[in-house]
Amino acid sequence: MSVPDRVRPAPAANRPPRVTDEHGRRVRGWELALRYLLLLAVLALTVGPFLWQLSTSLKGPTEDIYSSPPGFLPAHPTLHNYERVAQTVPVWDYALNSLKVASANVVTNCAGSALAGYALARLRYRGRRAATLVFVLAMLVPVEGIIIAQFTTMRELGLNNTLIGVLLPGCVGAMNVLLMRNAFLNLPYEIEEAAYVDGADVWQRFLRIALPSVKGTLAVVAIFAFMGAWDDFLWPLIVLSDPSRFTLTIGLNYLHGTFANDERLVAAGTVIAVAPLIALFACLQRYFFRGVGEGAVKG
Amino acid sequence: MASPTAPAPTTRVRRQLPTSPWLFAAPGLLIVGVFILYPFLSTLVNSFTDRRTLLPGRYVGLANFRELLHDDMFWIGLRNSTLYVLGVVPALVVLPLLLALLVRKNIPGITFFRSAFYTPVVASIVVVGLIWVWLLDERGLVNAVLEAVGVGRVGFLSDQWLLLISAMAVTVWKGLGYYMIIYLAALANVPRELHEAAAVDGAGAVRRFLSVTVPAVRSTMVLVGALSSVAAFKVFSEVYLMAGPSGGPAGEDTTLVMLVQRTGTGLTGRVGYASALSVVVFVVTVALMLLVLRADRKDES
Repeated sequence: MSVPDRVRPAPAANRPPRVTDEHGRRVRGWELALRYLLLLAVLALTVGPFLWQLSTSLKGPTEDIYSSPPGFLPAHPTLHNYERVAQTVPVWDYALNSLKVASANVVTNCAGSALAGYALARLRYRGRRAATLVFVLAMLVPVEGIIIAQFTTMRELGLNNTLIGVLLPGCVGAMNVLLMRNAFLNLPYEIEEAAYVDGADVWQRFLRIALPSVKGTLAVVAIFAFMGAWDDFLWPLIVLSDPSRFTLTIGLNYLHGTFANDERLVAAGTVIAVAPLIALFACLQRYFFRGVGEGAVKG
Repeated sequence: MASPTAPAPTTRVRRQLPTSPWLFAAPGLLIVGVFILYPFLSTLVNSFTDRRTLLPGRYVGLANFRELLHDDMFWIGLRNSTLYVLGVVPALVVLPLLLALLVRKNIPGITFFRSAFYTPVVASIVVVGLIWVWLLDERGLVNAVLEAVGVGRVGFLSDQWLLLISAMAVTVWKGLGYYMIIYLAALANVPRELHEAAAVDGAGAVRRFLSVTVPAVRSTMVLVGALSSVAAFKVFSEVYLMAGPSGGPAGEDTTLVMLVQRTGTGLTGRVGYASALSVVVFVVTVALMLLVLRADRKDES
């Protein structure tokens, strides 16, 4: 696994001849071997459970899923469990509901937080500090502490047990507004000034100049809005009561509670729920990581 | 287009309708106001009433809070949520730092490992919870392995304490990658020279970790401590999924937020009493944040 120092001059495989750290210093062979060993151990621990779930979901009805020692690969891989889970609960409807809420959440968060962030960062008006303070305070409120009041508010609006009700409380996140505000504040002001001198009004400056310059932050907001809505559990659990309107997470909980004995079905359901996000993550990793950095500084 | 009344002496942009800033901020302010700040205030108000889901409440003074003191479930919830902080936070402050050190060097394939370690963060807590319910099942993989190596089967999900500990382990498992990324950013700012000087002085790896790395990322450790303790105290999903809606054997694994959810929702929900419980959640959350930040300041002086 490692490249021992002594073999280096030989035309060894396609590996780079020396492995260096971030400071250009060479890493010793045994140290490298130990590192990879540890990395593989952690890999087994973090990704292994997902693979085990996938394997379980592909095992046929005749295969013993409880065997000891465990069988890691399905003997006769089958998609049968995915058909069965769809017959047991309307899992594709749930997925569609989740997709609707998550997509709407992306649109509302991007639009709402870009607009508000621009107003906080660039526009001058009386009450700007107060408006900023509102978002800072909202960010500090722990959601778990207000869910009951959110539920009663939703009832008063007649929106409980609807997907709109699931969407609304988080549809413009206070933290996203503040993220966008910081992004706009970091832009050089001169370009917008020049545009102003050229007669561009506030909408033109916002749409044509400021917004295209903060695409990166907007992407972060979009991704976290999608992931937040797709993964959310507590709020939809409270606001949705009719099984036909469930989102995927609530549907899985329902499936687990009602058909707990069939691990193959639950496994198939969880794979359906997690696969899209893993695909999204694989494609857009750097925005995920960037979001962690920006979110942590703010949070 | 409203023109500015005074000639602009500063470089500030003035060409805007007086209403347009509010137009820009309105959607955000409206949502945050109606669905965050108003519920926050109404939680405070409701905590002094006997409001129910379908019945408007009357003012009852401190009755809800007095009832709390004699409610066994409340004390169980407070105990479990507090234990959760004590169990999860040290692990989430230390383990991701070690993991960050492991994935720090740019050796071949390291970006793959970094991404792979982050996967549990991306998955929904429901997915993660159900995966571990199956892994820790009486007949699941972990028990199959334990039996194969001769330890015998363990009732991770049937014993009150093992259940809580298992849930904590799942929280740590899911959080590792997230805090790892935060530490990676912090480690990038640690000057290499410090390590070298220590190495020249003959300090071993452990010594260098304790006397160079830890002091250099200490403020990040405080940040991680604050973030993870607040999150741990508000734990809901992990325990709800692993112990079930009623909170395990005799409800002994109920957390405070589970109690809020159970008490305040549904058609018979006791909104007033659940609000009083929520107020406790606020107070402890704020106290935890202040505590961690204060510890930071004391260390510094």
